Amino acid sequence: MGKQQSNVLEERQDFIIYNKKNTKKQASFQCDQQSTSGAVSQRACVYCGARVVLNPITDAVHIIHGPIGCASYTWDIRGSLSSDKEFYRNSFSTDLRERDIIFGGEKKLSAAIDEIMATHDPKVIFVYATCVVGVIGDDLGAVARQAEAKYGIRVIPVQSSGFAGNKSSGYKAACDAILDLMSSADSTRPPVTAKDPKAFNFLGDFNLAGETWLVKRYFEEMGVKMITAITGDSTCEALQNAPNASFNIVQCAGSMHYLANHMKETYGIPFAKISFYGIEDIVDSLRTIAALTRDDDVIRRTEALIQREAEKTAFALNAYKKRIAGKTVAIYVGGGFKAISLIKQFNDLGLKSVMVGTQTGQKDEYEVIQDLAEEGTVILDDANPTELENFIKEKGADLLVGGVKERPLAYKLGVAFIDHNHERKHPLCGFEGALNFAKEVDLTLNSPVWQYLKQSDKSDADHGNIKSIEPIEKFA
Amino acid sequence: MNRNYVNLNTNPCKMCMPIGGCLALKGIEQTMVMMHGSQGCSTYMRRHISTHYNEPVDIASSALNEKETVYGGEKNLKKGLANVIKMYEPKIIGVLTTCLAETIGEDIRAISESFKTENNVSDLDIVTIATPGYGASQYEGYFAALKALVTYFAKDANPSSHINVITTLMTPADQRLLKEMLSDFGLSFVLLPDISETLDAPYETQYHKIPKGGTKREDIARMGGAIATIEIGQLVYDEISPGYALYATHGVPLHRLPMPIGITQTDALLDLLSKLSGNAIPDKYVKQRGRMLDAMVDSHKYNGEGRAAIFGDPEIVLATTALCAENGIKPEIIATGTQSKTFKQFVETLSFSGKESAAILDDTDFDTIQKLVRERGVNLLIGNSDGKFVMEKEGVPLVRIGFPIHDQVGAQRKCYIGYEGSLRFLDDLTNTILDHKHMHYRRNVINTYFKPTEAVEKGAIGYDA
Repeated sequence: MGKQQSNVLEERQDFIIYNKKNTKKQASFQCDQQSTSGAVSQRACVYCGARVVLNPITDAVHIIHGPIGCASYTWDIRGSLSSDKEFYRNSFSTDLRERDIIFGGEKKLSAAIDEIMATHDPKVIFVYATCVVGVIGDDLGAVARQAEAKYGIRVIPVQSSGFAGNKSSGYKAACDAILDLMSSADSTRPPVTAKDPKAFNFLGDFNLAGETWLVKRYFEEMGVKMITAITGDSTCEALQNAPNASFNIVQCAGSMHYLANHMKETYGIPFAKISFYGIEDIVDSLRTIAALTRDDDVIRRTEALIQREAEKTAFALNAYKKRIAGKTVAIYVGGGFKAISLIKQFNDLGLKSVMVGTQTGQKDEYEVIQDLAEEGTVILDDANPTELENFIKEKGADLLVGGVKERPLAYKLGVAFIDHNHERKHPLCGFEGALNFAKEVDLTLNSPVWQYLKQSDKSDADHGNIKSIEPIEKFA
Repeated sequence: MNRNYVNLNTNPCKMCMPIGGCLALKGIEQTMVMMHGSQGCSTYMRRHISTHYNEPVDIASSALNEKETVYGGEKNLKKGLANVIKMYEPKIIGVLTTCLAETIGEDIRAISESFKTENNVSDLDIVTIATPGYGASQYEGYFAALKALVTYFAKDANPSSHINVITTLMTPADQRLLKEMLSDFGLSFVLLPDISETLDAPYETQYHKIPKGGTKREDIARMGGAIATIEIGQLVYDEISPGYALYATHGVPLHRLPMPIGITQTDALLDLLSKLSGNAIPDKYVKQRGRMLDAMVDSHKYNGEGRAAIFGDPEIVLATTALCAENGIKPEIIATGTQSKTFKQFVETLSFSGKESAAILDDTDFDTIQKLVRERGVNLLIGNSDGKFVMEKEGVPLVRIGFPIHDQVGAQRKCYIGYEGSLRFLDDLTNTILDHKHMHYRRNVINTYFKPTEAVEKGAIGYDA
């Protein structure tokens, strides 16, 4: 282990390393543990993990069973777009009050479902458990079964009490809910006898800013068929059809590896990890998909697409590379797959990653990160603002990539920032997204505002007195 | 009925108690907030607060898990307190409960006391505040935290010539103006809380983990000796009122005022400041008042076409309704998600035409507001960013005030109070009504008189809907 910052908490030391090349992986490095009390983790909770995964299902009603806060802070915060219904953009809460906590909230939940069914016609309702519900012991399963019997729709409890694990546990809870939904395909529909070898599901894309649609155009050109993304712009019916796939591709592995494994066990569907972030990963991913179809025509069409798009994009990227190469980057994102793609993407653009961290990265992902990162790069899991500040300063990073909470910190430190969060309004995946990404890097790094901060640095002692203005007489 | 659904709150128009507590504590000097509950609460609130103020907002969590939920979270909370001290070296830690901590029955005061004894902590104050998420809304959480601070610190009742000014959640710019007003009257004062610097910090070369500024604990300590307390917050009831606590404990006279938005309510504040200071209202404010009156006349015919839905934090909704009422903007929907027995009563004290038919709702949600906006041909939304969903779906413009505002920048530096702030806010309202009219009137005239078969947007030509 490398040297440690003095103000890094003792409990956190095992979650931070300085990367060492050409030695065996630092076995002591810890990840995927509970957050340390008082450490000011950037992570949210089990409920958050479940909500972000399920929320993009467009025709589902999402009822948050609990006091108001959980529903209030997550109302319409994901930039997942829908091509049809917009049920999912509403935040339904049972808004539990003190008397519900004392007497139990089951009746209220049941009545809430009745009210929804009186005015809407959803095929599926997800009922999320929050912290108190887990403590007062409301039986969501029983309420859900009763409602299913009454209305003939799916009502699926999501076991997402905030304290019952971490954000990754919430991903699992969401995957369990999806598996539950898949298992209940309409029995009146004829079973699929022969699977289409070119049909697959795209796990771990959430159609942020239309990203699912962007890559779907590639799939169409390649001649492969996406049954559904899970869960970007997905519907209850499409998810129930997902078991008909011949293979799965998995992008956000942190949230979807569990689902992919279960679909393999239950439905015999093999999967491959892919990522559509950054040219290198996009090209590899398209080839992986083509190879999985074992179809020469698909392979040929894929190569043609890659050649055309890669060439076009490389040309456009070169203009940006000249303006941004040589800068240093700190990465702090949610999942491991994103961090991995980002390191490669920055390498390609000529930027060096000096700090790489994630909220929920897994051991195997950190091993890849250690392989990709340079000697001395700080690698950290479940960081906090103090650590981010320390290492951004220590490493002299010019740019931070992160989510909403990290942005104001970067700006206060005078560091450029890339929003790689779920609220973004432009796609960052695919060839077009890679270009958007480079454009955003250029925009933030080369903004004129930074030079004024530097001037301010110099003149802090005399409170920023402006000295450079020439007296007007000179021009008289 | 206050909501479309009885058992469902659809698209909440309120937040939970702990976030109110956080916001109040962020206005206390060198203070860190510790949320006793599961990890998510602190993170969601940090996100909510920091996207509004565009400032880093650090809130610690005791990160309770299954084991602690069953066996108690004392160990976690103590470890958390120790870690916060190591990283932030605060003078005060405000410990807030959450749904989880309250439901499992955590005694945060006893835990904090034993932490201090065990660790021989001397110069740190740990203030504990009960804020169950299911108890009430952000509004009550905010005042509960202020009351807890006053109860904890305000022990010194030595008479002093200063006044106490306790405010509902205002913007940092509002608070800066308020301080200027108090100084203009020659008053010495303690402002509680004071987010004017902490949540709108200037750029500096050196980053401060806990931003500079905020009410000093020494100043809270002497609030009991003040000549008077001004509590800006009409709906604050005695049980959660820091001003009432100072009155009940130390006999400090309490003046409760609405937010000084609009002519009448700004007058009320200035009159009181004049009385308390013994100084006449400075000429500066006399002129500002005159300019505001001048502008109100200039704009009255435009404003008369406004039909507003006003929503959000109850105190801001009341003050905004008063401004609208003074200017002939018709408040069609006056709505807060907070449950309040007195909200309607206070609205009733305002005079405006159409009051009988106005929808005055507490404990409501945006699903209900949206339905009413459609039914009543509202052409102006006034409230926080959560109204953006209604704006998008109903095509009605939104003028932002309150918390959270995270789809536009600058919420922290907008001033809504006093004659100048109110007037800028009123101008925003007027110009939004004008823009909306200019965008639509040509088409509507054509569709009314030239091609009467096309749909006309309700009320966009004439003076009334």
